[in-house]
Amino acid sequence: MSADVVIRIRGLVNQFGKQVIHDGLDLDVMRGEVLGLVGGSGTGKSVLMNTVLGLNRPRAGTIELLGVDVARLDAAARATTQTRCGVLFQDGALFSSLSVTENVQAPMREHLRLDQALMDELAALKIAMVGLPPDAGPKRPSELSGGMRKRAGLARALALDPEIVFLDEPTAGLDPIGAAAFDSLIRDLQQSLGLTVVMVTHDLDSLIAICDRIAVLVDKKVRVGTMAEHMSDSHPWIQEYFHGPRARASLEAADGGTG
Amino acid sequence: MTSESGWIREAETGGRLVVAAGGGWTVAGAGALEGLVAALTPKATQDVAFDLSGISALDTAGVWLLRQAAHRYEAAGASVSWQGVAQRFEPLFELVAANEGHKPERPRRGNAVFAAIARLGQTTVEAGHEAVALTAFIGLAMITGIRAFARPRRFRLVSLTNQIEQTGLNALPIVGLMSFLIGVVLAYQGAIQLRKFGAEFLTIDMLAITIPREIGVLLTSIMVAGRSGSAFTAQIGTMKVNEEIAAMQALGLDPMEILVLPRINALIITLPILTLFSVFVGMVGGAAMAIVSLDMAAVQFLNRLQEAMTLNHFMVGMVKAPVFAYLIAVVGCYQGLRVSGGAEGVGRLTTRSVVLSIFLVIVADAVFSIMFAAMGI
Repeated sequence: MSADVVIRIRGLVNQFGKQVIHDGLDLDVMRGEVLGLVGGSGTGKSVLMNTVLGLNRPRAGTIELLGVDVARLDAAARATTQTRCGVLFQDGALFSSLSVTENVQAPMREHLRLDQALMDELAALKIAMVGLPPDAGPKRPSELSGGMRKRAGLARALALDPEIVFLDEPTAGLDPIGAAAFDSLIRDLQQSLGLTVVMVTHDLDSLIAICDRIAVLVDKKVRVGTMAEHMSDSHPWIQEYFHGPRARASLEAADGGTG
Repeated sequence: MTSESGWIREAETGGRLVVAAGGGWTVAGAGALEGLVAALTPKATQDVAFDLSGISALDTAGVWLLRQAAHRYEAAGASVSWQGVAQRFEPLFELVAANEGHKPERPRRGNAVFAAIARLGQTTVEAGHEAVALTAFIGLAMITGIRAFARPRRFRLVSLTNQIEQTGLNALPIVGLMSFLIGVVLAYQGAIQLRKFGAEFLTIDMLAITIPREIGVLLTSIMVAGRSGSAFTAQIGTMKVNEEIAAMQALGLDPMEILVLPRINALIITLPILTLFSVFVGMVGGAAMAIVSLDMAAVQFLNRLQEAMTLNHFMVGMVKAPVFAYLIAVVGCYQGLRVSGGAEGVGRLTTRSVVLSIFLVIVADAVFSIMFAAMGI
């Protein structure tokens, strides 16, 4: 079933100065799964994401993204691979000088040759898909609320119908209702579009609600497993993370909701 | 996934029209696929069946285009049915069906003439509002300044010295270089023109009048507006974006007193000094050029200069400097506090601050000229 692995990381080493962030990290991400990535501050969650995206060159190790070795790509092949990945940065990272519609069209404009009218239609479709009202399209990012900016960022990430979507703390800074709505949006889109989702998150509710597997960054490596598997892990940090008061509250709430 | 390119065909079989589509219907080929969809010729047939069994790859753009094709048949009066939709594509169809139909909102462009008139009106009204707001800001800055006299600690000596260093001391090299070059240029051009009348010696008079009276203070002000006025807007604007101004107010600190007053005071102190420096260096530049191109001894130049230059010319220039400084500092701080909407707003208002302060400096210079002419100075 190796064809179903969309991201294969082997022996990854990341080092800044004398500080080793990742040491011999292995990780497989399967097609169609939602993988949550958690870890304490400074354990290199964002570094790992940037490394997979090719924004950061690792010291050692190989990363296969959609079957190709990221390090050996030339510029053209890299661009092609990047069109198959969408990224939602924290707080959207929308281009502030463009409207929401133009933000969504930016990747289409760069990578494809489409009519303006068709791009307008597709952008309107994407904007509706992420649950934004139609009048959000002509607005500037500065005119949107934080939650709307995230949705607009997601619309831009989905502009080229990617196979993998990376989400960096998608629910951070949202109110609980907005966060829950965003979780179910991600779940719905993931199922409809058959996406593979890798999300960095600290939101235990998101982890419980939508993640199939959870990768925990500890000791410069990752431990991957389901929620239940992590619950029985004896590693002190994992113990504390999944058995802390907040985790317990989230789990109880989730049980109450389903049972 | 470099799949085969998509295709769509119409075929009539027994009074039934079958539209078969296949291949890759993805956003990568959307441009070509749109052409294929547009080339279909919908007629009011009884029913149309869309056969999608040949499709190998599909995404939202592809589904949207296929549904768009179906809508064209429906618009022509046919009823459309779907067949051969792979199970894995069904959620995709549901998703697109639920979200299509929102007309993309484009900025409406009305009549160009009306739009231009509307813009003119809007700009005028905005300029009026801005003039009022700027006047109010000047008043507020004055009140804050006067209040500070009651408690001199409010002058914020550390902050003031820091601003003096940044706006004055650090500006010396560039102001000096610019003034020297302008002096050289004026002397050179003046000598060439005046030589035609055999009045090369008047070059010195020209330098002695223009540099202290106008050029020195005006060029220094423009340089300071570009250098320090813009920095004021950018610094205060960035603090506004980071909510530092709101934090100050919440902590009971007055941004006018902490940010605006030291900057205004610093510029009122430094701009006259810079002007004096500029006049001096400009005269040195002019003298150097005059001595070289007019074959004049330095002593002769100084003699002539002493006759031509009066205290009046010098004072006229120096009186203007603090007024220009006030205008530049007030506009810079005012625009900084007006910033909203992130980094883009900082950039926009910084530009505006420089343009507005240079404009006001030149307007004020014109007013001074009329005033001095009326006074006969």
